[in-house]
Amino acid sequence: MSYSDKVIDHYNHPRNVGSMDKSSPDVGTGLVGAPECGDVMKLQIKVNRDTNVIEEAKFKTFGCGSAIASSSLATEWVKGKTVDEALTIKNMDIVKELSLPPVKIHCSVLAEDAIRAAIGDWKKKQESAKPVAAEAK
Amino acid sequence: MSTDVKIPQAQADAQHVAPKGVKLPIYMDNHATTPMDPRVLEEMLPYFMEKFGNAASRNHSFGWAAEEGVETARERIAKLIGATTKEIIFTSGATESDNLAIKGVAEMYREKGNHIITAVTEHKAVLDTCKRLEKYGYRVTYLPVQKDGLIDLDDLKRAMDDKTILVTIMFANNEIGVLQPVAEIGKLCHERGVIFHTDATQAIGKVPVDVIKQNIDLASISGHKMYGPKGVGALYVRRKNPRVQISAIIDGGGHERGMRSGTLNVPGIVGLGKACAIAQEEMPQESCKLAGLRNRLRDRIMSRLDEVYINGSTEHRLPGNLNISFAYVEGESLLMGINDIAVSSGSACTSATLEPSYVLKALGTGDDLAHSSIRFGIGRFNTEAEVDYVADRVIETVERLRELSPLYEMAKEGINLKDVKWAGE
Repeated sequence: MSYSDKVIDHYNHPRNVGSMDKSSPDVGTGLVGAPECGDVMKLQIKVNRDTNVIEEAKFKTFGCGSAIASSSLATEWVKGKTVDEALTIKNMDIVKELSLPPVKIHCSVLAEDAIRAAIGDWKKKQESAKPVAAEAK
Repeated sequence: MSTDVKIPQAQADAQHVAPKGVKLPIYMDNHATTPMDPRVLEEMLPYFMEKFGNAASRNHSFGWAAEEGVETARERIAKLIGATTKEIIFTSGATESDNLAIKGVAEMYREKGNHIITAVTEHKAVLDTCKRLEKYGYRVTYLPVQKDGLIDLDDLKRAMDDKTILVTIMFANNEIGVLQPVAEIGKLCHERGVIFHTDATQAIGKVPVDVIKQNIDLASISGHKMYGPKGVGALYVRRKNPRVQISAIIDGGGHERGMRSGTLNVPGIVGLGKACAIAQEEMPQESCKLAGLRNRLRDRIMSRLDEVYINGSTEHRLPGNLNISFAYVEGESLLMGINDIAVSSGSACTSATLEPSYVLKALGTGDDLAHSSIRFGIGRFNTEAEVDYVADRVIETVERLRELSPLYEMAKEGINLKDVKWAGE
C-alpha cells in the first residue's frame, strides 16, 4: 500500500504531539479505540472559558500511519475553532484531505470520535463545575 | 499468511544515508520470497532458448536435452531430502503441492476414512484446502499450538481415530519460523498407518530435511523460497514403506507418473534443481551464518529497547527468522518508519481483513502484541552491515513511535492497560 504525500508528511512531522493535564478544568480528553483493534487515539483540547475557542490541542496515537496522520490533522483543524465549530468536522473531510483509501476510513472515523470525546469530556467538566461555582458565590 | 510485504517507498527519508557497503532499500523478507541466486539463473538460461524442447518429446534431441535437464534437477532435489528420483513430482509451487497432497490423499483413501488432522498455524494453502474438503464431507481436526508455536504430540495422539487418513503439519512456520517435531509426528502416523504430509516450503534448503529419518510421506517444496525461481515446486511422494498413492487433481497427458499432467516448466525445474544443489553444498555454513546474523539483530534490538517480545520458540526455529513484537507500537506505522527496509508485519493494518496474524493469535499472543509484530527474514545475501543498519533504524523508529503512543505513556504512568475500559470493546 502506498501512502499519500500528506499522510507521509503528518507521519514524519506529526503536529501537536503531547499531553496536557487531564485534570485541568479547561482541558477535555478523548481516548478512543482499543489496543486489540490496533488503534488508540488520545486527543486533548484546551478551551478558553470565555470564548469557547479551542486554544490548544494535543494528541498521541497508537496506530498505523493513517491513524497518526488523521489525529495529527484533527489537532490542526480544531485549533482556533470554537467547540461548536469543531463538532462540525466530519470524518469524510479527513478522508478527503489525506486521500485515505477505503481500508483506512476507520482511522478518520476514530479521529472524529476523538474530537467528540474530547469535547464531551470538556463539556462534562463545565457542567459539573457550574453548580460548584454558583455555590461559591 | 496475513503478513504482507512492505513495499519500499520512493519517498524514503533523505536523512537516512546508507552506511558504507549497504545498499538501500534492504531486502529482509526472505520468508515471502528470496532473491534468485545468480548461479541458479545461469543454469536456467540455456533452457529458455537453446534447449527449449518439451521434456516429453521422446523422439528427438530437443526433447532429450530438456529431459536431461529435468532429470538432473530431479536427482538434485531427491538427494537434498533423502528421496529417490521417482518420488519427486514437479508442480507449479508449494500451494499446488499442498493441494495435490491433501486432496490427492483425501480422494485416494476415501474408503479407508474421512478424517484429516492439521494445525491452526498452517499456511492458508493447507488450511483452505482442508476447509474445502470439509464441504465435501471430510472431518478436519485443527490442532492448537502451545505458547512456543509447537503442537503437543499428545494432542495429536488423542485426535487420531480409525478414520484418520492424513496428518498434515508444516515443517517450519512461515511467520514465526518454528520447527515442528516432524520426525515424532511421522513416527506416530506410521505406527497408526496414517499418511503424513508436511509443507516443507520454508524448511528445505534451510534446515536438514530427510524424508526417511523424519518419517515423511509427502513433502511440499517451493523454488522461490530457496533462491530459485517462482512458479515451480515439487511434491515428494513416498514409494515404499509405505507406498503412498494420490489422485491427480490436474488431468491431461499423464506427465509425472500420472500425478500431475501438464508440460514441464523446464527452465524453472532446472533452476529448482540448482537451488537444491547449492543448498546441499552450503547449508551447514549458511545456517550458521544466518543464525549469527539473526542473533546479532535480536541482541542489538533487545539490548536497547525494553518490552520487546520474541514470538515463538527460540530453540526450535529457522536460523534466519526473527519475529518480534514491540509493545505500544503498531506494526504498520513501524514499517512506514523503516521504509528503506523490506520486512513484514502481523498487524491487521497490513492485511485486507483488518485481523491481526492468526498465527500469533494461536500462540496466545494478545491482539495488541500481534498488531505490534514484525517479521524479519534474513537470507543468503544479507550482511552484517545491513543487520546493524536495520537494528538501528528499528530502534530509533520504535523510540520515536513510543513517544507518540498514548499506550506507552499510560504504561509509564503505571496504568495497567488490561484494566482500562476501552471504548472500542
